[in-house]
Amino acid sequence: MFAAENGLRGDPRLQGISKAIRVVPDFPIPGIMFQDITTLLLDHKAFKDTVDIFVDRYRDMGISVVAGIEARGFVFGPSIALAIGAKFVPLRKPNKLPGEVISEAYVLEYGTDRLEMHVGAIEPGERALVIDDLVATGGTLSAAVRLLERMGAEVVECACVVGLPEVRVRLVVASSLLHLCKMALGLKQLLLLLDKSSQFHITGTTQT
Amino acid sequence: MFAAENGLRGDPRLQGISKAIRVVPDFPIPGIMFQDITTLLLDHKAFKDTVDIFVDRYRDMGISVVAGIEARGFVFGPSIALAIGAKFVPLRKPNKLPGEVISEAYVLEYGTDRLEMHVGAIEPGERALVIDDLVATGGTLSAAVRLLERMGAEVVECACVVGLPEGQRRLDGKPLYILVEPRLSVNY
Repeated sequence: MFAAENGLRGDPRLQGISKAIRVVPDFPIPGIMFQDITTLLLDHKAFKDTVDIFVDRYRDMGISVVAGIEARGFVFGPSIALAIGAKFVPLRKPNKLPGEVISEAYVLEYGTDRLEMHVGAIEPGERALVIDDLVATGGTLSAAVRLLERMGAEVVECACVVGLPEVRVRLVVASSLLHLCKMALGLKQLLLLLDKSSQFHITGTTQT
Repeated sequence: MFAAENGLRGDPRLQGISKAIRVVPDFPIPGIMFQDITTLLLDHKAFKDTVDIFVDRYRDMGISVVAGIEARGFVFGPSIALAIGAKFVPLRKPNKLPGEVISEAYVLEYGTDRLEMHVGAIEPGERALVIDDLVATGGTLSAAVRLLERMGAEVVECACVVGLPEGQRRLDGKPLYILVEPRLSVNY
């Protein structure tokens, strides 16, 4: 769900957050309108609002683990973890974490990649939040959820600052994605600004 | 300088922070005792203490920019930036940042790598802090300092959770602030 549909409709903070995100056309490849959150991080108030909205939502949900996806999930996750009394667990590209890890593959437009988590970082039964800056197909978030569930955690929710338009369609169409991944925060205004000609490139994948 | 030499001698928080860091031998290559801060992030109190010590130090220094080095600098930097009212600027590996960037090379044991920063992220005259989890040779931190200075910032200090005891008190003339020394034996 988008935050505006879940009690934050008209919240002026969402406008400020949306405006602070820069769109960079044709990055990393032609046809992609890249949602650049680095400009959000330069706007102290908007950045703080972003974290505050997530903290207010999650502080009383008994969440003991915030798992952030490398690298932009590392920018938002630790602040949330610290504020709600949870541990922070980084989910990383292969061969970055030392020691024993488990790994999950996920599909890219061309080929696959893997996400890794430390064995022993979490205990069975812990309630977890997954965080990343943006969700497109949901492939990376789904891999993150699988990692946490393999270690026995209960994933309470997946949270992202930005959600791309086709995620809405996927939430309706793909039941597996629907029960695994609910967005906590999205930018309705940002989505409405986009016309069909600037639809995101990844809609061409078979990912559902 | 080490935190213990700068007013925090005997601070029990430093002990807790040090103990929470795991040593992993022979990673990424044989002979290296890797200082793994991920276990620190699992210890809420020790992680919070880490951020609090940095925030207490930097909150009244007029710092408007916290620059964090990818990726483990991203874990500590934003919380500090938010607490002291500064912006957070990610310094990244090549081709990750969209739009116009400047880049600096730095030396690795074998070969070189580059660090990039967005053009326009900071303005001339801003006072900046650089943060990373660990300093070894200081090569990456030096590249970070050069990027910020090329954009006209004044780098007030470089801060790391873990740092090698010998040598580094200053980094190319910039003060270096380190919380704890590396652990040399396996503790987990």
